[in-house]
Amino acid sequence: MTSTRFYPAAATYGKVLDHANRHDPYPLFAELAREPIQQLAEHAWLVTRHEDITALLRDPRLSAQNEADPSAPTGSDGKPFRGPFLMQDPPHHDTLRAQTMRQFVPRILGMRPQIEAMVARLLDAHAGKGPGEFDVVASLAYPLPVGVICELLGVPPEEEPVFHGFAGRLTRALDPVESLTEAEIADLEVARAQWRAYLTPMIQQRHANHGDDLISGLLVDGDPADRMNLIELATTLGMLLIAGHETTVNLVANGTLALLRNLDALDRLRADPDLAPAVVEEVLRYDPPVQQTGRRATAEIKIAGRLIPAGDEVELLLAAGNRDPLRFTEPDRFWPERPSNAHLAFGGGVHYCLGAALARIEGQVALTAIATRLRNPRLVLDPPPYRPNMLLRGPSELRVAYDDVTA
Amino acid sequence: MNRIVIVGASLAGLRTAESLRANGFTGELVLIGEEPHEPYDRPPLSKTVLSGWIGTDRLLLPRTRELNARWLLGAAATGLDLAAREVRLADGRAVRFDGLVIATGAGARPWPVPREAALRGVHVLRGRDDADRLCADLAEKPRRVLVIGGGFTGSEVASSCHDLGIPVTVTHRGVAPMAGALGSVVGTAIGARQRARGIDLRVSTTVTSLVGEERLTGARLSDGDVLDVDIVVVATGSVRNNGWLAGSGLAADGRGLDCDTASRALDVTGAVVPGVYAVGDVARWRHPHFDAPPQSLEHWGNAVDQAEVAAHNLTHASTDPRHTSALPAFWSDQFGMNIKSVGLPQLADEVVLTQGCFERGPFVAAYGRRGSTVGAVAVNSPRVLDGYAALVTQRAAFPPAINATDSPVARPVPVTVSGGKP
Repeated sequence: MTSTRFYPAAATYGKVLDHANRHDPYPLFAELAREPIQQLAEHAWLVTRHEDITALLRDPRLSAQNEADPSAPTGSDGKPFRGPFLMQDPPHHDTLRAQTMRQFVPRILGMRPQIEAMVARLLDAHAGKGPGEFDVVASLAYPLPVGVICELLGVPPEEEPVFHGFAGRLTRALDPVESLTEAEIADLEVARAQWRAYLTPMIQQRHANHGDDLISGLLVDGDPADRMNLIELATTLGMLLIAGHETTVNLVANGTLALLRNLDALDRLRADPDLAPAVVEEVLRYDPPVQQTGRRATAEIKIAGRLIPAGDEVELLLAAGNRDPLRFTEPDRFWPERPSNAHLAFGGGVHYCLGAALARIEGQVALTAIATRLRNPRLVLDPPPYRPNMLLRGPSELRVAYDDVTA
Repeated sequence: MNRIVIVGASLAGLRTAESLRANGFTGELVLIGEEPHEPYDRPPLSKTVLSGWIGTDRLLLPRTRELNARWLLGAAATGLDLAAREVRLADGRAVRFDGLVIATGAGARPWPVPREAALRGVHVLRGRDDADRLCADLAEKPRRVLVIGGGFTGSEVASSCHDLGIPVTVTHRGVAPMAGALGSVVGTAIGARQRARGIDLRVSTTVTSLVGEERLTGARLSDGDVLDVDIVVVATGSVRNNGWLAGSGLAADGRGLDCDTASRALDVTGAVVPGVYAVGDVARWRHPHFDAPPQSLEHWGNAVDQAEVAAHNLTHASTDPRHTSALPAFWSDQFGMNIKSVGLPQLADEVVLTQGCFERGPFVAAYGRRGSTVGAVAVNSPRVLDGYAALVTQRAAFPPAINATDSPVARPVPVTVSGGKP
């Protein structure tokens, strides 16, 4: 045993990881944010200020990738495969991301009418039946992004439950490993293998029978020499599933929760649906679906006046930066009309959220529908129960009672 | 202060006006502009406008607030009387001021031989009207366009002509395009990419004369070639629009109007002139972070920063003025490349490739001067530059340790800056 120093912030951070505090980590974040940088362990640091996080997200001295596993299969660059490009650095990251952007972005930009139709359909199931209640997570927040991703991938709706299952299991990979049990770590490996096994015939089928879906597009994008191989393709699709799915679930659920806790804002959105973009930006700031992102210093780097040695872990606490009083007036107030809402919910730099535009559309459409179609909505249980994930944080269930769901 | 007059109605002038109102200035606000147009955005002129993506009628700068100002557009300032506190206009009018903001910018350096400059088909590009005239000529399917000067404007014009499918020759006096700002190493790397796109780039080459009667037909180059060209774009740099300040007592010459970091104009003795400010391309000042002679920074961001500083200082007690200290930064889009710079690479004596490679894909180079990092240039890698900005701000040792996954093993090499202006 080496001697371990005691780091006071580590105890506070331990409480953040503790599921008992999942429903409201913000007082703990405020405690951690008393210092711009906190030491969590001998080689681990936590950054809490908006200005520092913004700069560090764009600093090439912070790497998003882990050490390569030499036994891993080979990527299309001829080097050991390192996982989804969210967890890779340039240059290979850029190649994979560019292919994905070219295929993904044009497909999502035209999707607003389909998303409006999906949301309308999901609420129609409850419409015109008078007083009742539903779980916003199960009835709206979950099925919406699953439907969207299945539409993008050209997967028939009956496969949606399979995607739903994979999304839940694969998402745990994004949590700090110390918060996972042995069994959860083992299940992750199994889930990844099963995901590849599930996708492989689908990819082979698109090879043989090219369609206009995202998978088909990725199979033929750009320079053949740069194209993703099978493991990269499966991993990219898995990343889109997790990143495009769990985050949206949290956005819709966190947004509904914020609006029902701030009924004046709900009233303003109902009266003026043009407020929806501002509401979504404020939800992203106030209660971001992704709370933290991790990096590793490739070289010695000065952060908030401290010299961080090369090799140390640097955690960027996005959710704390979003409530930095130096950047936001009244940071703990949910205030859609706030001027200049430069939140950190989508990260920044080379890993800036690929699906930001899609998330915004989904959030705007879903929250507008909640505001305009539910008569007298109210929370049944406050706070609601939360899923275990610390990093992608959101309610597991959000029961809402109403007088009616209008047509 | 009852009346503030802003001379120059482009980005710097407009932003100063808006910022004055944002700072609570309720007095009379007068904007004087030589062009007849409302303030518009210039960077697209050489890019999306020439390529035909948007018309010059789509360039108006967005207004962030109601200005409640008097606009004197199409009115050139011809003189300044500091004692009478008056700006004189070409039409004989005089406009009195209590506070004055000089934002007259810079113009394109004209071709030095007036007879040749007057030939039909010979262009410069600085304003909307220039762009409209050039666009009209480019629509006539010219055989070849000659761009004189491979600086940023010249390179962007060449890129736009190339996008239109028009063969392009670029002559550049220095050893590499944009070497004045980026140094010869990075300039050469970018020049190679321009050539790979099919540009006839001729470095260390000048144009000795333009040929034609009334209409341009060709150009003679210093390498002995005679080119058949229908269009020439003269992109040999800019000259400050401050001739109207001659004799005013302000420290103005062809290279700028001197001001301090608080944007306060200086007189010929170097003293602050009360109530008179200089912002944007016309202003020459010493950036506090760099040990370098005063210079004008012809950057979009600098115009905005100085506008806000000047407006703040005009509306607050002068005991504790605000200063411009943001790091210089600019960008250029050309030939599928986004080139972004932070700091002052032109001061450097050494440069090192820190990420990527010169031949293909994105790259970043860092610039050092006497062992400190003073700037960085990124090609197709804009999202990492904040990290380099931090290194410049901290005056980090050069070469900086980056050790990114795409960092090559590279040793710094001396920067050579091309002789003279582009």
